[in-house]
Amino acid sequence: MEVAIEPWTTLLDYLRYHQKLVGTKKGCDHGQCGACTVLIDGNSVNSCLCLLVSLDGAEITTIEGVATADNLSPEQQIFIEEDAYQCGFCTPGQICSTIAMCNRGEINSEEELKDWMSGNLCRCAAYKNITKAARRIYEES
Amino acid sequence: MKPFQYTRLSTEDLSLGTTLRDSTILAGGTNLVDLMKYGVEEPDSLADIGKLPYAQIEESDKGLLLGALVTNADTAYHAAVKSTYPVLNKAILAAASSQLRNRATNGGNLLQRTRCYYFYDTTMPCNKREPGTGCAAIKGFNRIHAILGTSASCIATHPSDMCVALAALEAKVHVLRKGETIVIPFDQLHRLPGDQPEKDHNLEPGDLITHIQLPAEGFSEHFEYLKIRDRESYAFALVSVAACLKVSQGKIADIRVALGGVAHKPWKLKEVEKDFFGKEASTENFQSLAEQLIQGAQGFGTNDFKISLVKGAIVRALNNALNPS
Repeated sequence: MEVAIEPWTTLLDYLRYHQKLVGTKKGCDHGQCGACTVLIDGNSVNSCLCLLVSLDGAEITTIEGVATADNLSPEQQIFIEEDAYQCGFCTPGQICSTIAMCNRGEINSEEELKDWMSGNLCRCAAYKNITKAARRIYEES
Repeated sequence: MKPFQYTRLSTEDLSLGTTLRDSTILAGGTNLVDLMKYGVEEPDSLADIGKLPYAQIEESDKGLLLGALVTNADTAYHAAVKSTYPVLNKAILAAASSQLRNRATNGGNLLQRTRCYYFYDTTMPCNKREPGTGCAAIKGFNRIHAILGTSASCIATHPSDMCVALAALEAKVHVLRKGETIVIPFDQLHRLPGDQPEKDHNLEPGDLITHIQLPAEGFSEHFEYLKIRDRESYAFALVSVAACLKVSQGKIADIRVALGGVAHKPWKLKEVEKDFFGKEASTENFQSLAEQLIQGAQGFGTNDFKISLVKGAIVRALNNALNPS
């Protein structure tokens, strides 16, 4: 798709305010909380720190794009089964991070898994079940 | 964020000698965009180098050539980095978060700015952000600040983990300057603050980092990257140590120790390292090296603890490198 946009527009603001794709959340807006995590060419990134103009030609996947019209993605399903959220605000970013973790395929220990997920903060502190879901997603991928 | 002019550079622009002098270079943007949101950086013009041909890692018998636009994550997980330069793999993976490592580039990592609280707070004096206004950190809260190579103008640290490993490996930085490639030894890239703390490095306006050259020797047998921080992940180093050793019959054949979190640049003293060549690889000698390496260290109140912390960290890192688990 082609877009005409002011160069200081971040990917996050473009998704939420121009495309109305509000599944991607704005938390800190400074790359510290991970609520805005999306996938660029399969890699998880903080969309609040990416200028849209610099992403010409990239494939961007948001939480809206991980499921099909009728079915949740396996990652979403596992998050539900493991009760891996409380308020749900951080969940889109958490799920995008688990997808990127599977794409990268470099997790060899529990410590590495926790480190991979540490860029996604959860103010409800549902970390125990988030970690459990992330582990299951990685093992079943 | 203040509006700015945006230009995406092509290889042709570089061959035509298009100047970068008047623009701020944008690569991954993970640090720059953040600083622009805070109003710490307010460039009138951004030159996006993201499409330039520096996104490859090339292997040769001379070592490994890391493109400046390769992401930190792709570098850390590259097969040759994992096998030959594990200290670099470990240092990169100790840094930031997975999202930031997926976006941040190698060149950008080298040129990231300090995380001094007062540098980020535009209501406070800071000689690095606004020369001549003073340093609020010297008499302020300076838990994360430098203990070595400081000046009356600035006690900020360089925040990178990757650079500490690159310093230990004695990497070289390839820079495009006025159409010619020049090669800068890693220890000459960054600088101490002196009376010009606004300058983080010795590059000239218009310079472009294109590659980082790793030497053939990667110290894959005896290495350690030890990072001590306030939480286990996603935090900057209070102190960090990249330690590389070569040992022959119990004696030190080569030793490299670079420190992070203690100075305005990765701290490494070749003359101190050389003094230990041929000596026994022992805790006693590692302690002696640590003493010499941080000679003259000075705290500023809330960071006094770093002096004893870094001494212990050096010895622990060298012992871990000597006896890998």
